[in-house]
Amino acid sequence: MTTFVQLLFAGVALGAIYALVALGFTVVYRSSRVINFAQGALLALGAFVTSWLVLTEDLPFWAAFVVGALLTALVGLGFQLGVVRFAIGRPEFTIVMLTLGLAAVIGAVLPTLFGNYPRGNGDVWGSSALHAGSFEFFWVQIWTIVAAVVVLLVYGAFTRFTRYGLAMRSAALDPEAAIAVGIPLRRVYAIAWFIAGAVACVGGVFLGGYPSTVNPTMSNIALLAFPAIILGGLDSPTGAIVGGFAIGVIQELVQGYQPEHAPWLGNDFYLIAPYLVMILVLLIRPYGLFGSKPAERL
Amino acid sequence: MTDELLRAPQAPAGSSAPPLGAARDLRLARGRNGRLARRPAALARRLALVVVALGVPFWVDGYWRSTFAFVLIAAIGALGLDVLTGWTGQISLGHAFFLAAGAYVGGYLGGHLHLTAALWIPAAGVAAGILGAVTGPAALRLRGLYLAIVTIGLVYIGYYVLETWTRFSGGPGGESLPPVTFGSWNFANGVTVAGHTFTRSQCYYYLALLLLVLGTGYVRNVGRSNLGRSMVAVRDRELAAAVIGVNVARTKIRAFVISSVLAGIAGALYGSFLSFAVPSDWGLLLSIQYVVMIVVGGMASTWGPLLGALFVVGLPALLQNVSTTLTFLSNNGVISPGSASEVVYGVFLVVFLLVEPGGVVGLARRLTRWVARRSGYPAPRRLAAATEGSPARAGAGAGTDANAADAGPAAE
Repeated sequence: MTTFVQLLFAGVALGAIYALVALGFTVVYRSSRVINFAQGALLALGAFVTSWLVLTEDLPFWAAFVVGALLTALVGLGFQLGVVRFAIGRPEFTIVMLTLGLAAVIGAVLPTLFGNYPRGNGDVWGSSALHAGSFEFFWVQIWTIVAAVVVLLVYGAFTRFTRYGLAMRSAALDPEAAIAVGIPLRRVYAIAWFIAGAVACVGGVFLGGYPSTVNPTMSNIALLAFPAIILGGLDSPTGAIVGGFAIGVIQELVQGYQPEHAPWLGNDFYLIAPYLVMILVLLIRPYGLFGSKPAERL
Repeated sequence: MTDELLRAPQAPAGSSAPPLGAARDLRLARGRNGRLARRPAALARRLALVVVALGVPFWVDGYWRSTFAFVLIAAIGALGLDVLTGWTGQISLGHAFFLAAGAYVGGYLGGHLHLTAALWIPAAGVAAGILGAVTGPAALRLRGLYLAIVTIGLVYIGYYVLETWTRFSGGPGGESLPPVTFGSWNFANGVTVAGHTFTRSQCYYYLALLLLVLGTGYVRNVGRSNLGRSMVAVRDRELAAAVIGVNVARTKIRAFVISSVLAGIAGALYGSFLSFAVPSDWGLLLSIQYVVMIVVGGMASTWGPLLGALFVVGLPALLQNVSTTLTFLSNNGVISPGSASEVVYGVFLVVFLLVEPGGVVGLARRLTRWVARRSGYPAPRRLAAATEGSPARAGAGAGTDANAADAGPAAE
């Protein structure tokens, strides 16, 4: 029982990060139909910048966090303004490859700037934990969940109650109609990329928390978050959140129980479990659990 | 425009009136070769090409010999990805999976069962092809981005299998892969033919060259066949293709199979030439490199895969080479050669996609036209027809204009 609760908690904390990454994907995808394969690279960038500000520049953690999120958001914005803007309307292949190009550049620049070794994320919690009876919850994991919930709520409120939130929703629904009623589509896209960058940084910093570290390979986490968005459907934020938490829990439970009950599957089975779930879901529902099947015209 | 593409190849509109009757059919069947062979200049160009292709391994030092062998091997794999992505429009980031399958199946048959390379190279292709046939159906239900993501999953699953199934792959510690052997010829020690000893790299170079030429010829022929037209139709508009009677499912699966067979063969050669591989060699980065190859080279074109491979494989080698003189470009300098080439890939990928979706091949075509216009002479008809025939569709559709070159203008 203790193990189960511990694993469930770890799963929810991991799921919170997946949900953040997935949110970053869907924000961009919903507004401009661009799937951003560089989300993972942005995440690593945010984590590295924040860590560097704290450990090298001696900024207080929270200040560094804000600056890091801002910088990452600006990189996202810059990529939209400098590159993706020119490709809107091109086939999706082009845009996918553009974001892969950005991912390659960030992936190569990070080790060059910050060194190719793991470092702490510079947070204030370290390895401290909350002990409740026989349970042990790391503070960083608790704060991960809190931060994810706050970000998701703020984003939800933003899309529901603000002018630009409404603009984003209408751009997602029908870009041409949105232009026709005077919605500044480019500004909407720019905002979406800005948000995606900021959210990526939040995810990155918490992902680098104890017992993990900030390292160049952390951009792979975004690839592991794909099953989450696919599970939810690319164009559904609710789906992204549900998918994120579901995949996080599945992964942790598999990691906890599989070595004991099915040792023949080897050590790394938990890493592909989300993908197997994803493939299963896609074969049954090709547009995810919450996604909408696009209408096609000849 | 789909139905135009499905029609049989036509002579370019601008070409001289073809002779009538049987002779005309014959000439059309021979296509560009028939026309070209009659022009002395074109014949000379072609001869020069053959001389260069055969001579390169003798004119350069060992470092570049092995680099060029890697280039040709990669070009075979890129040719495979081009069939799937360039011709059929299915975005795949799972190419590394099929390369790995070929490498390890070949390695197992050659290394553990001691078969000859004449058997294990084709067997590697067949094994990868079977995996492609099994994976292909996933593409029937998934479109575009969803397929790209699932194929990423494929890379991870492959990585897991290699890490776990240690008897087959050697596990995380890696596995040595056998050299190519044909009877008494062992590529590892070099091969002596008629008193001349070819080095290891030269052997791999010529074998890869042979396979690349065969593969390119095959893909070009497929491109002009019913299947090729179907692939293009599926790429350009899947629903419309289905409506006019293209069997979309069969076309996609066949594209997957062709693509993965070529990947398997390339993987087997690559593994053998590396002679030692660890599971992390076959990661997502490798898949992305292949995508960069076909994009930079020019999708759905004859020369695209080779030019792309030359760029993606040759560039790091070049940077590595100059890192001894340019000190900022070294492992102790500002940026390591590996990182520098990754940055350059990324930038080139972005620039080509935005500015010249036709890749190097498209660029060359544009240059030829520009030079022709400047010098006052009309461009060679073939090129003029190719570029004026159809406005290049951006991105995945960029192949349309490369295609038109092969098929005569797709009268749009």
